[in-house]
Amino acid sequence: MSKKDKIRGITLQFIPYSDIARLDSVGRVKKLLKIILDNKVVILQGRLTSDEESRLIEDTMVMIGNIKGFKGVELAVISGSSQYKSIWEKFKQGLAKALVGEQDAITIIGPASIVKEMKRDPTKLEVMMR
Amino acid sequence: MAIKILRDFTKRMFNLFFKRKKEISLGFYGPPNAGKTSLANRICKDWTGEELGKISNIPHETRSVQFKEEVEIKFKDKSLKFKLIDTPGIATKIDYEDFMKLKMKKKDAQKRAKEATEGIIESIKWLDDMDAVVVVLDANENPYSQVNITIVGNIVARNIPVLIVANKIDLKKADLKKVENAFPDYEVVGISAKYGKNMDEFYESIFKLAKKTN
Repeated sequence: MSKKDKIRGITLQFIPYSDIARLDSVGRVKKLLKIILDNKVVILQGRLTSDEESRLIEDTMVMIGNIKGFKGVELAVISGSSQYKSIWEKFKQGLAKALVGEQDAITIIGPASIVKEMKRDPTKLEVMMR
Repeated sequence: MAIKILRDFTKRMFNLFFKRKKEISLGFYGPPNAGKTSLANRICKDWTGEELGKISNIPHETRSVQFKEEVEIKFKDKSLKFKLIDTPGIATKIDYEDFMKLKMKKKDAQKRAKEATEGIIESIKWLDDMDAVVVVLDANENPYSQVNITIVGNIVARNIPVLIVANKIDLKKADLKKVENAFPDYEVVGISAKYGKNMDEFYESIFKLAKKTN
């Protein structure tokens, strides 16, 4: 996207966790990157595993070198899990995560050509557009 | 998951009984320009008299993994040998035009961007070879960036002991407390690699980290 191009609007695409629950890691990353390549911002219910996040970064790096105009992604996760939870609460949360995946989080991923920066503080997320 | 746990357990048992580690592979990970190479250089200079890599204010100066073997670090009456592995900064985006803003020519900027993307992939692949990792963060930047969380998450998922270093505490905006709050489950040491500030505490933490690798 050249500097002269101005964004008139953005598309936010919501992906419920059920849409990726049955996919393997490769499938999840592929699905998300496909939407991002369409210049849409993904709002995913839940979050990827740390391994999937690093896979997303690796695939993104490969794409930067091979897809003209693609500069990468901006990514942020807001989680409902507080770092000050008791051990019992952490156990319950871990159990729920093991059973149904980590759904009490929201992941936002946008193409870097549209999303300039995502600044996350523990309780808020600022999304700066280009 | 069960296979991974079994594999890690077998590896640890094998190392415990049959292999006496000569040196500990210590990786330096983090976002670009946090001071990974500065810290690796500081350690190398302190214990070998030589530096490991070139540093620059332009991000992604380190674009391939570089290492120094047989670095013997002494603390109190103990000594340990390390293989220091300095890795390219991990990022989710690379735009060659950002390098051009720092007065690089277009061709050079494009080459740097390409090498930087390859370096990030290389960094991630090297994680499997680490015995322990130091995550270097800039204490003046927001520690809650997803890249930092992803890096730490990946290290923990691999059962690799981790130490978080909040670098550049010599600068006015440095906020060590904020880094500690962002990573409450991990030890955080504030240092200035550039000026060698608080390196004693860092070396003490490195020895604690090394203990966890057995």
